[in-house]
Amino acid sequence: MKKAINLNVNGVSHTDEVEPRMLLVHYLRDVLDLTGTHVGCETSLCGACTVMLDGQAVKSCTVFAVQADGATVTTIEGLAKNGELHPVQEGFWEKHGLQCGYCTPGMIVTAAQLLDRNPDPSREEICHGLEGNLCRCTGYQHIIEAVQYAAKKAGQR
Amino acid sequence: MTEKYVGKRVKRTEDPRLIRGLAHYVDDISLPNTLHVAFVRSYYAHAKINSIDTSAALAAPGVVAVYTGKDVADKVGPVPCAGALPDLKVPDHRVLAKDKVYFVGHPVVAIVAKNRYAAQDAVDLVVVDYEELPVVTDVEAAAAGGPVIHDGFSDNIAYRLTSGEGDIDAAFAAAERTVKQRVLHRRLAPIAMEPRGVLARYFPGEEELTIWSSTQIPHLMRTQVALMIGIPENKLRVITPEVGGGFGSKLNVYSEEALLGWISMQLGKPVKWIETRRENIQATIHGRGQVGDVEVAFKNDGTLLGLRYSVFADMGAYHQLLTPAIPTLTGLMLSGAYKIPAIQMNITACFTNKMATDAYRGAGRPEATYIVERALDLVAADLGVDPAEVRRKNFPAADEFPFHTATGLDYDSGDYEAALNKAQHIVDYAALREEQKKARDEGRLIGIGVSTYVEICALGPSQAMPAGGWESATVRIEPTGKVTVLTGASPHGQGQETSFAQIAADELGVNINDVTVIHGDTGVVQYGIGTFGSRATAVGGTAVYVAIQKLKEKAHKIATHMLQADASRVSFEGGKYSREAAVAASATGTSEPVVPVGEAPAGALPEPQTEGKSSLTIQDIALAAHLAKELPPDTEPGLSATYFFEPKNFTFPFGTHICVVEIDRDTGDIKFLRYVAVDDCGKVINPLLVDGQVHGGIVQSIGQAMYEEVVYDEQGQLITGTLMDYAVPRASHVPNFELDRTETPSPVNPLGVKGVGEAGTIGATPAIVGAIVDALAPFGVKHLDMPIKPENVWRIISHG
Repeated sequence: MKKAINLNVNGVSHTDEVEPRMLLVHYLRDVLDLTGTHVGCETSLCGACTVMLDGQAVKSCTVFAVQADGATVTTIEGLAKNGELHPVQEGFWEKHGLQCGYCTPGMIVTAAQLLDRNPDPSREEICHGLEGNLCRCTGYQHIIEAVQYAAKKAGQR
Repeated sequence: MTEKYVGKRVKRTEDPRLIRGLAHYVDDISLPNTLHVAFVRSYYAHAKINSIDTSAALAAPGVVAVYTGKDVADKVGPVPCAGALPDLKVPDHRVLAKDKVYFVGHPVVAIVAKNRYAAQDAVDLVVVDYEELPVVTDVEAAAAGGPVIHDGFSDNIAYRLTSGEGDIDAAFAAAERTVKQRVLHRRLAPIAMEPRGVLARYFPGEEELTIWSSTQIPHLMRTQVALMIGIPENKLRVITPEVGGGFGSKLNVYSEEALLGWISMQLGKPVKWIETRRENIQATIHGRGQVGDVEVAFKNDGTLLGLRYSVFADMGAYHQLLTPAIPTLTGLMLSGAYKIPAIQMNITACFTNKMATDAYRGAGRPEATYIVERALDLVAADLGVDPAEVRRKNFPAADEFPFHTATGLDYDSGDYEAALNKAQHIVDYAALREEQKKARDEGRLIGIGVSTYVEICALGPSQAMPAGGWESATVRIEPTGKVTVLTGASPHGQGQETSFAQIAADELGVNINDVTVIHGDTGVVQYGIGTFGSRATAVGGTAVYVAIQKLKEKAHKIATHMLQADASRVSFEGGKYSREAAVAASATGTSEPVVPVGEAPAGALPEPQTEGKSSLTIQDIALAAHLAKELPPDTEPGLSATYFFEPKNFTFPFGTHICVVEIDRDTGDIKFLRYVAVDDCGKVINPLLVDGQVHGGIVQSIGQAMYEEVVYDEQGQLITGTLMDYAVPRASHVPNFELDRTETPSPVNPLGVKGVGEAGTIGATPAIVGAIVDALAPFGVKHLDMPIKPENVWRIISHG
């Protein structure tokens, strides 16, 4: 039996009927066509599916869409405002923080939350904050530099 | 040519779509009425299929079709193996298991349903009656006899091969000293962050099939899948949209690619299958999987005389595309960076009830480097000399290139000592050893590992490759002056859209933003080979470069005609053809393209305005070439050139990695103090991308050295079937890398580039393991097998 949900995704309100077992990531990707959020492991370990749920970075592959009823969701598509990249997005581009790009949306969303909580993190704090996100291409060094760039950039604004 | 872009840290043109979540991987493409496929896979490692009952699955809501191995056996041909070796046994590898299953994850039934949830539900409704058979998981046991896995074969040995040059017996007879060590290279899972995925759509009217697949080799896959499902190759289009990493795991042709194509043809609808991570670890190829003995013969002064490596190579149950070829690549690189007069490799390759092994980043070469570098450390320990000095003593000198090895290769160029010196200088090696000594006196466990690797890249001449060693490029300048580059090298994170655009922009003197690099679509791009074996820039980039030279020959001819000058008096610089170059440049000032970017009038192209000009931009020439009103006699209209570049040799990048670790006596925890990598990949197109490749490669080595192993139990059950159990390095596991380079151009291609994609995975494991072993030297440790975990270390410290 389907259940009605209402949530705000990237500033737009959506009402849909979904199966209770539908995962949030499938709702975002298949129903709303927001395919920037990726699935990499289905077990909350890789972080490719990370989105912001009421300001908290969560793995959307292990949240049911119905659990997000009434919530505000920000996905990678919602980070840039008025055509201007989020400082973390800018940092990833500047510092070559991505190669294949598959982990990137989740990595950027996680890093954005990290900087929300701690605007001037140390290298160790960045590494710790990104522990829930796997990248197989970059070796992380450029990702860490990207977050440092973003912290500096955001601090200047 | 003025190099405005080549050699610079140019930001990637790929990135804006990727960082905004606007790129399209296979699963991001949705076509109307797409059906979804899920697989019933074997949970036994070896069993006979007595019967399969699919009735409940077929009756389940949303299920459209169900196919078993018997349904498709006569319809879809076997999964191809391109490895050709004498007396190679090749099992009949069907896309779905027919009578028996041979490994956990072996696909048995394909379910097609209206959505992925319905397909997955129906998987649980299929009843397969299995009869368990004896399981062979250990490669040495497989070689020794026991149950034979494949019917029709007398044993489990896929092939035996002995290779190498020089008199190995004489070398050991003459040796003043020898060392011998058993070395394990465990199975690794490549874990591309995007699992595999296939979308297939058949148009019955046009009889055209399109397959979107996350692959590294769209053209090779098209050829093979066309043969497997019996569709004319020119009616099959393969598109690789964004590919989320490969590392060799997508350098293959898989059951699912052909089967999805065939199912779409049966049902006349789009069908999609997206691999789960569990399926990815079960049924996407694994890497490595060797166990062998290395023996080295040497003199008291450290001069190497001979090296023998006798290895059991674990093929898994079937051959995938290059499975049997991988150990032979190990054999090719057993000379490492050293003069070794006699080398012998003895391969015994065996079938086991496990997933196939195949190319994983480095593909047989990391094994070779690890063997040789570990052996050099053992030689140094045996002689009581510094490991760096044993290496230095056996390097070929910079003037000895091309250098012939006893594995039959000719290394193109190198200066191994320069890279070693540079790395030693960066860490202040002598002081570091002093510091280590002092620390040891204080009871601290500090270790230093040195690896001086060489790798074989830019694969390669066609003689050495199963399906062509060349790469293709088409470069054309459109009427509006935009440059289009079509490359057969299909990247998946390496950044060729940027690096190839850098080459094109410099060679044509245009803005890099006016260059678009197109790849991964067999309907658009001329035939190509693909991105693997650190080949894309050295072979594919060279194809782009040479195609541009061809294009410029024609452009020069047109320019000469239009400027009404002698050919010898028209020169090309900064995107302009000029008569009397020096004078013309100042006379005309900045020359705008005839058709300014984005301002082409609708419906008609302007006439070229050439009258009275002493120079013409390449865009002017492109427009004139398309309007074809002012061309020299007998000139073909249009401005494009295609080139298929065939290298005459491989390239041989090299370098020195130095790793410094400290071990916690109480916990066995291993902490990186320094990691310095000096790599020489020839000429560098984009240092930013090279750094990224090196970082990523080293971290995969850290994974191999300290965390990763695919584990099967004695029953062939996969113990490490999720990312919970298979440990991929995370951000907190990696040190801050200090990178530097030396630059020794390759003579093999006009760009002088060598390749860098695999350097980190090849060069780093021996440095990391060497450092850990060195730290534990006070406990008498000379060698440890990977992955070296804190537990192993703690046991050594606690129990000796």
